[in-house]
Amino acid sequence: MAISDLFFRGRADRDAAHDTPGPQHAGTKALSRFLATLGALEQPVLVDLGPAVGSNVTFFGERLGCRTVIEDLFTDIDRHVREDRVADLPRFFEQRFPHEDDSVDGILCWDVFDYLSSDAAVTLAERLTRMLRPCGVLLAFFNTTEPAPDAFRYTKHLVIDQGTLERRPYEAACGKRRPVLSREVESMFTPLRVAEQFLLKSQIREVLFKKLDERIGAGSALSVVDR
Amino acid sequence: MDLGRSVVIKGELSASEDLTIEGTVDGKIELRDNTLTIGATAHIKAEVFAKVVIVLGEVNGNVAAIERVDIRDGGAVDGDLVSPRVAIADGAHFRGSVDMQKKDIQRKDTASRPQNPAQPAAAVR
Repeated sequence: MAISDLFFRGRADRDAAHDTPGPQHAGTKALSRFLATLGALEQPVLVDLGPAVGSNVTFFGERLGCRTVIEDLFTDIDRHVREDRVADLPRFFEQRFPHEDDSVDGILCWDVFDYLSSDAAVTLAERLTRMLRPCGVLLAFFNTTEPAPDAFRYTKHLVIDQGTLERRPYEAACGKRRPVLSREVESMFTPLRVAEQFLLKSQIREVLFKKLDERIGAGSALSVVDR
Repeated sequence: MDLGRSVVIKGELSASEDLTIEGTVDGKIELRDNTLTIGATAHIKAEVFAKVVIVLGEVNGNVAAIERVDIRDGGAVDGDLVSPRVAIADGAHFRGSVDMQKKDIQRKDTASRPQNPAQPAAAVR
C-alpha cells in the first residue's frame, strides 16, 4: 500500500463522517414487545419523543387505536445547542411536558438519551417516569460504542413493521455523547423495571422499561410482556 | 371557492362547498361535507372541522376531519388532530396529538354504519 493511499483513506474517512449517510433498514426486537403491551389496552396514550413521522402515526394509530402525542425533543435539543443554552435543558425538561403524572401508557424515546448530558438525561428520565401510568412501558435505544466526534446527526426512526425500522439520519447541531453504561441506565429510570433488554448487532441496546403497579406488586410486572 | 391571500376573517366560517384558503382566519372553520384546503400562504388560528382537510400552510389550532387530514410538505400544524386517517409528509411540521382508530375497528364501523357522509362518528370521540 502506498503512503498516498493512507492519506486518501484518511480523507475518505473524514468525508464519510461529515456526509449524512442514507437510510438503513435495521431489525428491532423490543418494538414488538412494546406494541404487545399497548395492544392490550383500550385507546392507549402514546408519547413519541421523535420528530413527526407520518407513516409511524398511521402505523401506531391503525395498530393500537391510540392517541399519539408528538413531543419532538430533538428540535428542542437542537434549539438549545444553537442558542448555546444546553445547560438549561434539565430545567426545560422539568416544564416541557403538559402531561399529568400517571397519564401516559407508552413512551417512545428512540435514541434521545444519547444526545444528553448526564444531568439532562436524569431530569428527563425522572419526568417521563412520573408521566407513565402503572404498567405503562417506555422504549429507549442506547448507543454502546464511542460515537465519531464530528458526526452531527440525529436519526428518524420509521417503523416498517414490528420487527424492522428504517433509520434515516438527518443534520443536527450536536453529536452523540459517550455511551451510557447499563447500570447508569437502570439507575436513571428507577423505579421503572427493565422488562426486556436486547443488544443488537448494530451495537444499539434496546431497553424496554415497565412501571410497576404497586397495587398488584412487583411479581406480575414482567409477566405482561410475552417471552 | 378560493379565499385569496389578502382575505382576513375573524369569527366563524362555514360553507357547503369545497374551499381553498390562502389568507388569514382567526376563529372557527366548518365544512362538514366538503374538502378544506389550507393553501401555502394561509395563516389559520382556528378550530377546523371538515370532511377532508389538506394543509399546505400554517394552522394553529385543533383539526378534526370525518375522512382524512393530509399535512403536505411545507405544511405546519400546531394542534391536535382527530381523524380516521392522517397523513403527514416528510418536510411537514406537526406538534400535537393524533387520535385515530384501529384498522379492524374502522372496518367494522364502515360495515355497520349507514352511508351518511355528514355523520362525524369517526372524527368525534
